[in-house]
Amino acid sequence: MNFPILSSLILLPTIGALFLFFIKEKGDNSTIKYVALFTTVVNFLISIYLWIAFDQSTSTFQFIEDRTWIKGFINYKVGVDGISILFIILTTFITPLCIISVNNSVKNRLRDFLISILIMESFMIGVFSALDLVIFYLFFEAGLIPMFLIIGIWGGARRVYSAFKFFLYTLLGSVLMLVAIISIYWITGTTDVVQLYEIGIDIKYQNLLWLAFFSSFAVKTPMWPVHTWLPDAHVEAPTAGSVLLAAILLKMAGYGFIRFSLGLFPVASEVFTPLIYTLSVIAIIFTSLIALMQEDMKKLIAYSSVAHMGFVTLGIFTLQQQGIEGSIIQMISHGLVSAALFLTVGVVYDRMHSRLISTYGGLVSVIPKYSILFMLFALASLGLPGTSGFVGEFLILMGAFKDNFLVAVLASIGVILGAAYMLWLYKRVVFGKLLNEDLKKILDLNKSEYFILSSLAAPILFFGFYPDPLINTIEVSVTDLINMHNTNIASK
Amino acid sequence: MENLNLILPEIFISLSIMFLLILGVFKNDSSKITFNLSLFAILITIIITINETFSVTRETLFNESVVIDSMSSLMKIITLIGGFLVLVISSTYLKTFKIYNIEYPILILSSILGMMVMISSNDLIVFYMGLELQSLALYVLATYNRDQLKSSEAGLKYFVLSALSSGLLLYGCSLVYGFSGSTNFDTISSQLNSEEYVLTFGIVFILVGLAFKISAVPFHMWAPDVYEGSPTTVTLFFTIVPKIAALTVFIRFLYVPFLNLIDQWQMIIVFLSIASMVFGAVAAIGQTNIKRLIAYSSIGHIGYTLAGLATASNEGIQSSIIYISIYVVMNLALFSCLLMLRRKDQYYEDINDLSGLSKNHPLLSLCMLLILFSLAGIPPLAGFFAKFYVFKAVLEQSMYFLAIVGLLSTVVAAFYYLRIIKIMYFDKEKDKYDTDHSLWLKFSLTVSTILILLYFIFPSQLIEVVSRINII
Repeated sequence: MNFPILSSLILLPTIGALFLFFIKEKGDNSTIKYVALFTTVVNFLISIYLWIAFDQSTSTFQFIEDRTWIKGFINYKVGVDGISILFIILTTFITPLCIISVNNSVKNRLRDFLISILIMESFMIGVFSALDLVIFYLFFEAGLIPMFLIIGIWGGARRVYSAFKFFLYTLLGSVLMLVAIISIYWITGTTDVVQLYEIGIDIKYQNLLWLAFFSSFAVKTPMWPVHTWLPDAHVEAPTAGSVLLAAILLKMAGYGFIRFSLGLFPVASEVFTPLIYTLSVIAIIFTSLIALMQEDMKKLIAYSSVAHMGFVTLGIFTLQQQGIEGSIIQMISHGLVSAALFLTVGVVYDRMHSRLISTYGGLVSVIPKYSILFMLFALASLGLPGTSGFVGEFLILMGAFKDNFLVAVLASIGVILGAAYMLWLYKRVVFGKLLNEDLKKILDLNKSEYFILSSLAAPILFFGFYPDPLINTIEVSVTDLINMHNTNIASK
Repeated sequence: MENLNLILPEIFISLSIMFLLILGVFKNDSSKITFNLSLFAILITIIITINETFSVTRETLFNESVVIDSMSSLMKIITLIGGFLVLVISSTYLKTFKIYNIEYPILILSSILGMMVMISSNDLIVFYMGLELQSLALYVLATYNRDQLKSSEAGLKYFVLSALSSGLLLYGCSLVYGFSGSTNFDTISSQLNSEEYVLTFGIVFILVGLAFKISAVPFHMWAPDVYEGSPTTVTLFFTIVPKIAALTVFIRFLYVPFLNLIDQWQMIIVFLSIASMVFGAVAAIGQTNIKRLIAYSSIGHIGYTLAGLATASNEGIQSSIIYISIYVVMNLALFSCLLMLRRKDQYYEDINDLSGLSKNHPLLSLCMLLILFSLAGIPPLAGFFAKFYVFKAVLEQSMYFLAIVGLLSTVVAAFYYLRIIKIMYFDKEKDKYDTDHSLWLKFSLTVSTILILLYFIFPSQLIEVVSRINII
């Protein structure tokens, strides 16, 4: 296969953005939207083709492109394995939905907004397909620029504060990773991930390097106690921005943990497992409790994201087959569910311009369609069997029980708390008496909203009942990762 | 017989200066023609430099007091290109203030001549001669807008402090001469050894003098005032061209005469570097005048170039040179933006004048956005690679403290760059600015922004050019 399919996935949105750049903004923005939509849909189709052409029986990287970039130092190297391909598809799937959803939420400078989103998509696909540490870092950091603008220009009242917090927190985390990446180059003589997997990194360096990578991923995940940028950024970002942030950006760190922390520093990962467990359990319980107390719907979902990402980090560092597979599925599922939840909040926000829970109540009697879909997403978020949320959480807890009983029990409490805040939110917004007079005039879902939400509901249900396509894709890669990890530990 | 072809660029540029002076005396109203001729002269000098010296590995002239090597020719070319672009985008600004006179291009040419002599110097006396030639021209340039109080103040401050630093430098040179018995760099290098404690004083004095010239902390005090007070085009000149020359001399001093004394100076350079990076980042946060802010940001950037020098390795020197080259492009682009903030013959230089720029001037603010993110060192823009190479060299020598402090100060620095972006993109718009800019101004902004944006596609070329420089 010589056609550079991954590079075209990365480049296509940027090319689309370039097109948009030369289109004049006029009264109705339909041309702009169609161009953006067309680009992302094509990208989605390419990624689906990628999934079909992908060979599930091997864990080696596929569709590899390897070109000299900086002579004798860095190669532009991209490729996918079972783990990364799912994230790429998640990205290409969520982005067109974001673009459809901007109809209502973004009023001014639509063209610039779409350009930011498209460029963001390029960078995110880049992150998931990079097979060189420097290339990875490049994409990882570059994403800050469009996201900063999305929050800052189109956000709500405290947008400037949130944008700065988001940018500086993540930058601070990442610069240490840069030190680590350059150090790896001087220690091993390469930054090529595939080669590094083979060579391995000397044990005496692993702990420090692991911590440097951790500092970056922990901020991006986000893990407690460096999660505070997330609620601010989420609340102030426009709906499409929140969706991108929750569905895809947060997954970059989880992916990074699997690909780099586990893959490159097996011994250190073992050493720091208690740290991750502690932070994850605190994140799960503590942020679930905080979520219970929120009055702002978006903030509640943001805190629930932190709790869900706590499950993800917990699962990854169980270093068990089930745990890691569960984490990956949990990330994919959270990508779908949190995107859907932010969109559902966006729907009522566009109509009522309030995110406060107290504004609402009794929605079920005025907008039934909306209430049903909201119900589905809330249940998926708390991990009801039959939704994709259940599969991930269940596998993670299974892995955790194998590894550490206490941690697993504590994490299970988080599941209950998750059900509590989600159901309570649903009860307060949808059930109860219709007290607010303005709500009586609220309109139910329009066509595009209906389309977006149901296209998110479909995979949530489908993978809930039949997760095999996901598990088959990742299984070999994860098994291989675990084997590699165990041989590394054994040989130390 | 010496091969005078090697110093043909210097000869040509001094002849041009004399010719232009005479032309200015005998012809009335000759400012326009002087401008054009001096541009032409610089272009020809660039061509001569490329033709005559670019392929030379290392040659010396005049009893080894002048050296032509790959570093000197590269730095001369960057200096000349910088000078050319500054001159070419100055005219509108100067005309606005009615200071579009013949002296301006001639002063710029003379300071460039001084810098070229500095860059090629392999002898304390030749070095000092070049330094004074460029400094004298720069004093006058700082006061060039003589009707404005601030400009005169800037010139005077610059003169006093710079003269002080030249004095220190001279004192250091005399001490070094006293211990080595020679003014020639190569001879000094073989004569010096680290046993002599008084010699350390000589080195320190010389380094302090040089640190003054490139405005490294703690010898930076003059920079913000002078940058703010001088005419904007002169500030642009200050922030790029003399820094290239001073950096070259810095490299030359550290790695030729003082090569054997690395233990003595390495800590000093590390300190200068860390102090500049941290102070440049922190002090810029409170600034409201863009020119002052750029002054502090340039102090920070000098810190990063010094970090490369502190490594005592060829890679470090090369990374510093790459850094300064990219820095020149970024600053040129930033000032081009600044020169576009003109409304009815008035230039604006307060941060709040940028408010809401993105609504009225989307293209200009997009360029500025890219430039600022690049200055902050965010990938995939050129500024990231500049920092990347420097830290790669620094980490090769296992200087982790320097690298970590440097990278953390980029986070602090990112804050004030973000603040400007915030004002441009998130705040309410003000009145529109004029859009009838000169073609050259647009040209320099477009080209430099494209270079910044697309550098990541062809990163190898610059490295290849620079990798010919092997000082150690």
